[in-house]
Amino acid sequence: MIIKTKKAVPSSEITDPGVFSARRTLLKSLLAGSALAVGFPWASGAFGARWQDLPRGEYSTEGLEVTPADPARKYNNYSEFTFNKEDAARLAQALPTDPWSLSIAGEVQKPVAYALEDLLNHPRLQERIYRFRCVEAWSMVVPWIGIPLTELLQAAQPLSSAKFVQFTAVYRPDIMPNQRNSTMLAWPYVEGLRLDEAMHPLTILSVGMYDEVLPKQNGAPLRLVVPWKYGFKSIKAIVRIDLLKRAPMTTWNNYAPDEYGFYANVNPAVPHPRWSQSSERVLGSGFFTPRRETELFNGYGEQVASLYQGMDLRHFF
Amino acid sequence: MTLNSNKIWWSIFATGLLPLLVLAIEIAADSLGANPIEAIHIRLGDWALRFLCLTLAVTPLQTVTKWRGMADYRQLLGIYCWFYASLHLFAYLAVDQAWEWSLIGLDLLESRYMWFGLLAYMIIFLLGLTTSKAAKKILGKRWKKLHRWIYFASFSAVMHYFWQLKGNLAEPAFYLVVVAFLLAFRLLACFKNRQVSLLMIPTGKRHSV
Repeated sequence: MIIKTKKAVPSSEITDPGVFSARRTLLKSLLAGSALAVGFPWASGAFGARWQDLPRGEYSTEGLEVTPADPARKYNNYSEFTFNKEDAARLAQALPTDPWSLSIAGEVQKPVAYALEDLLNHPRLQERIYRFRCVEAWSMVVPWIGIPLTELLQAAQPLSSAKFVQFTAVYRPDIMPNQRNSTMLAWPYVEGLRLDEAMHPLTILSVGMYDEVLPKQNGAPLRLVVPWKYGFKSIKAIVRIDLLKRAPMTTWNNYAPDEYGFYANVNPAVPHPRWSQSSERVLGSGFFTPRRETELFNGYGEQVASLYQGMDLRHFF
Repeated sequence: MTLNSNKIWWSIFATGLLPLLVLAIEIAADSLGANPIEAIHIRLGDWALRFLCLTLAVTPLQTVTKWRGMADYRQLLGIYCWFYASLHLFAYLAVDQAWEWSLIGLDLLESRYMWFGLLAYMIIFLLGLTTSKAAKKILGKRWKKLHRWIYFASFSAVMHYFWQLKGNLAEPAFYLVVVAFLLAFRLLACFKNRQVSLLMIPTGKRHSV
């Protein structure tokens, strides 16, 4: 038997790191180019920037390293289409998002309806860089583009009887396979917030990310973004908003009330019944990099902790 | 061992390394998607579970085909299960958690799905440890009893899979069916054997009439 001994690699054979990364960039751009050519526009920034130099609101989080757009566009939960994150981007392309309208009704003085164009050209449109933490213990940092939700709600003049806000996503069983087959969840997807949470300046209705309109897999044309709550609260493809007297039934809470609470505030001290919430994998971070320690309210405690003063966060999880 | 069975052994050996090779290529090509660490976990865990199922499938296959002498292949498949399960655990500790013991401790304490994974791994580790002919000789009758724990390991591994998911339960459900089927086959065979052996016991009554 021939036993090979370990040989040291001569330094002449070690690839210069600059060459290596340049080669990799070249390969990636080639791949991206070919993807475009065969018609996968969602694989790269093919739509072109729609917005430039939008004001970055004072509530945008400073000092965060933004996740590259690629993982944000390719790693998506979209349970109407699939439970497989890698398939969502392809399947979601089937949803027509233009024209689209959003109605705000319920306990309001003046129900309103917005056409998508009104929202895409809204004067209060701004960029908000937020941490985004999924209940599955991964996270990213996304530069969202959106409108403070409170602006839209106030335009409808909420009545004093309004205590909660219900968000309803689009119902298109003809296009969305898991709606068609009534798979797992009760459709359409519904989420809810307390009115004061919905009116909080951090809560936005997002129409874009990374300077572009929202990719379909990320919830086009309109999605909620509530950065101190787990991602499943940030409902995609919203068609109506209703102000209510009582707390609405919400989709994941209804499916497994002991696992997914109505509040769903990010909280490392309250584990999901089956897994820990103490740390998270930041997408885009490399191998052998430790996970990030999850923060209470996803790091937005200073702004939102007062909303939950005196509440037992273990009970109201 | 004949040359023929030797060839089979070597081809199983070579095939068993393929998933690792493919994974290595994908890591090098950066083609594991947006969450490559999770992808590595899933790949290695899947292969550990697949080799576990293959190991369990050998005996039923032997019974159905009446082809004796497959114990060596079963051992090799079992060792591959142990190999991929060990890599799966190593990837968790080193690649994902970067040996941050405080975070690992919290994760173990709070993640129930991890308990099942750990239980499955402890059993598989023990079975891997006692796989040699020497260990078989030393343990004697206890060896077979010990290696029956593979059923606990397989159900535990499937639970480990189920309990970490939010949706997408199709894949663990598939493995549950496979494991249940393989176990059911054995229970049935065992039951049948007992009946046959009952028939073979002379009762002394049959010819008395």
